[in-house]
Amino acid sequence: MNLIRRLLQAVVVLWAAFTLSFLILYLLPGDAVLTKLGSAEGGPSASPEQVAQLRAQFGLDQPILVQYGKHLLAALHGDFGVSVTTGDGATHMVLTALPPTLAVTGLALLLAVVFGGAVAVLGTYTRARWLSHALLSLPPLGTSLPPFWVGLLLIQLFSFRLRLVPALGSAGFASLILPAITLALPTGAIIAQVLAKSLRTQLAEPYVEIVRAKGAGRGRVHFGHALRNAGLPALTLAGVVAGNLLAGSVVTETVFSRDGLGRITASAVTAQDVPVVQAVIVLAAFFFVVLNLLVDLVYPLLDPRVRKEVTIDG
Amino acid sequence: MPAFVLPLALAACGVADGSGPQDSGPPRPGGTLRLGLSSAPDCIDPQQAATNAALNVGRQVVDSLTDQDPKTGAIVPWLADHWTVGGESTSFTFHLRGGATFSDGTPVDAAAVKTSFDGIVALGAKSLLGNSYLAGYRAATVVDPATVRIDFGAPNAQFLQASSTMSLGVLAPSAYRRTAEQRCQGDGLIGSGPFVVTGFRPNQDIALSKRTGYGWGSPLWRHQGAAYLDRIDYRVVPEPGVRTGSLASGQLDAITDVQPVDEAQFTGNGFSEPVRPNPGVVFNLHANVTRGVLADVKVRQAVSKGINRPEVTSTVLSANYKPATSILGSTTPFYTDLSKALAYDPAAAGALLESDGWVPGPDGIRVKNGQRLTASVVFSAVFNQNQSVLELVQQQLRKIGFDLRIELHTNTETSRIQQSGDYDFLWYNVTRADPDILRQQFSVKGGNRSRLPADNPLEPSLAEQSATVDTARRKPAAEQAQRTIVEQAYAIPVFELTQVLAVGPKAHDVGFEASSRLQLFDAWVSGS
Repeated sequence: MNLIRRLLQAVVVLWAAFTLSFLILYLLPGDAVLTKLGSAEGGPSASPEQVAQLRAQFGLDQPILVQYGKHLLAALHGDFGVSVTTGDGATHMVLTALPPTLAVTGLALLLAVVFGGAVAVLGTYTRARWLSHALLSLPPLGTSLPPFWVGLLLIQLFSFRLRLVPALGSAGFASLILPAITLALPTGAIIAQVLAKSLRTQLAEPYVEIVRAKGAGRGRVHFGHALRNAGLPALTLAGVVAGNLLAGSVVTETVFSRDGLGRITASAVTAQDVPVVQAVIVLAAFFFVVLNLLVDLVYPLLDPRVRKEVTIDG
Repeated sequence: MPAFVLPLALAACGVADGSGPQDSGPPRPGGTLRLGLSSAPDCIDPQQAATNAALNVGRQVVDSLTDQDPKTGAIVPWLADHWTVGGESTSFTFHLRGGATFSDGTPVDAAAVKTSFDGIVALGAKSLLGNSYLAGYRAATVVDPATVRIDFGAPNAQFLQASSTMSLGVLAPSAYRRTAEQRCQGDGLIGSGPFVVTGFRPNQDIALSKRTGYGWGSPLWRHQGAAYLDRIDYRVVPEPGVRTGSLASGQLDAITDVQPVDEAQFTGNGFSEPVRPNPGVVFNLHANVTRGVLADVKVRQAVSKGINRPEVTSTVLSANYKPATSILGSTTPFYTDLSKALAYDPAAAGALLESDGWVPGPDGIRVKNGQRLTASVVFSAVFNQNQSVLELVQQQLRKIGFDLRIELHTNTETSRIQQSGDYDFLWYNVTRADPDILRQQFSVKGGNRSRLPADNPLEPSLAEQSATVDTARRKPAAEQAQRTIVEQAYAIPVFELTQVLAVGPKAHDVGFEASSRLQLFDAWVSGS
């Protein structure tokens, strides 16, 4: 029963994402045709007849409900329509842009978890006050550095000066490193902040005293008990982190001249290219739904209390 | 003729580069040109494309019936070796050269040209440029396999120049078995040009490869036969700092859209900076003469005198940009030099306003019958420096007591506002190497951006220049149109948009065609 309810919820979330994105783009002044005309550098002024003709070609002249119904019906078959700017299928555009984005965000997530986690654990574990201070002041710094600037700085140093990695494109692993670091920085900082805070909270809990009294060493208390419990809030953060990575990919993909979801989302939103925006948003919503489902499934494995509730419910 | 120094400058840079440490000697075949574009071409079919980035790609893939000399503006043979213009410029008969083929092996014959032109018309408004060039298109007729006639319902003098553009480039009949959307993505984009599309990743790169056996180049090109370059790799590099850094560090061979602040680093050191002002309507404040203070011709004239154009190019732009000397760019055929009328003269501007009853108000802005001397300008950021330019113009006009309010809008909003007519000034430019662009923007039968009444003094000369390809009649009409626009200040020209490339030590002869888009047939690379 629980699973069916969850699936229904997922469907509602996807539908809501689809509908809201459509409404928002529809309510904005202008439409994709006007944007297309406005970006034509060599374009003479299009006559009102031409504008009307273009609107008709893209089906933008139909009433909102008809447009919405058509889009929704096609979307149910996985077809989000044709991009007004590129003429490519929206589904195809999103699916081709997905792998490069996943590669960078995947590596960024790995770096963020490893380094963010390390900063938090070491920062709370070490007895050297200066080291603790130094480590724990890194996360606020990490969140305050603009990724755009960090990316340019990294390119300047590692690509233009030292010539270690290419500045452009998405050819091979070398091209992943700098964008992944840029993207990992703010994400890792959030992970470090949340984990450090909950580690401290855990270490102040009464159960820690009991564990200590039972003869557990510092390491065992820190890694065996506190970290395990502190991991829960950090795990809940997965959704935020994923959103963060997706948003950050707009900047990194522009700075590093890469194709990807971020780039096509940014340009589709500015162009009011409804089919592409909807394809991206539904895909993103799908990821969030799956991610949250996974988190919910993993949670009881870590926390016996949650496991009990789930068993009763199921 | 300072406007036409470009080909000389190009030749000079080729020689100058050759004398450097890199190498000298004649152009040599082979190699890849890695070229950084500032924006992603959304659709690479030149018949549908309307952005510079896309047209810079499309030009290399398709040939046109004619070519246009960037130096003189003259129309010369290309796929057509001669042509005749009949009626009152309503009928154009092209005699095709023999031997040209599309990259799928089929011949470039009259039937193919007809299919291609019909195809552009069928695109409707999806071919924004092509359709405006073919306005009034009646039919293309296959007279014999090597002769095709194109008929229009009304005089259409601009068509001859249009036949030289990539927008009317000829695609193979097989291309039209693909949908317009597929051609956008390079699928079925089969032309007879010196390069063929071999790869297209949106937002990423476009690869063109040399067509072997090509031998029907334009006589304007420096060599005949196949192109020198084996490959052209266009990379999309949106961030200007990364673009310049990539060129400086040798990861690219040439880049487009060099920002004025970055220009200095590419003068010398083996680098060169080919530049060419765009032909067509220069960046201007296009007045809506039905609104507010701009309905008064003296106010418009005062604004024109109150703008210090050389200061705009020297402070906000660079020495590569030219102050406007007409509403048309200096590289446009039949451009006429009106620099005297466009000279900076704040004293005369003040006197004009004074005589018109505008007196300085408490804040320095003039007033008349309780009305403030103010107008707003609608613009978008299509050109990076637009905001800075307009802020400077705003300061300049403040000195004559005119309050220019600047309104930045998105592309969507600007085109909506432009369509609706709800503006005082519009800020824009249009690239077109034919004076007929004035008719398209100013005529009551065209865009009529000034919202002129039907009996305005400009209309006769606009109509006259579009009615004949005879230079003796067309030239004076086109010149009169420019003079009327500047004198009446229907639009106030400010500066000429200029293409500024930066080219690394290994690349040579990266050139422009007549509309200031890239022509890469003669380009070559040394070393490897």
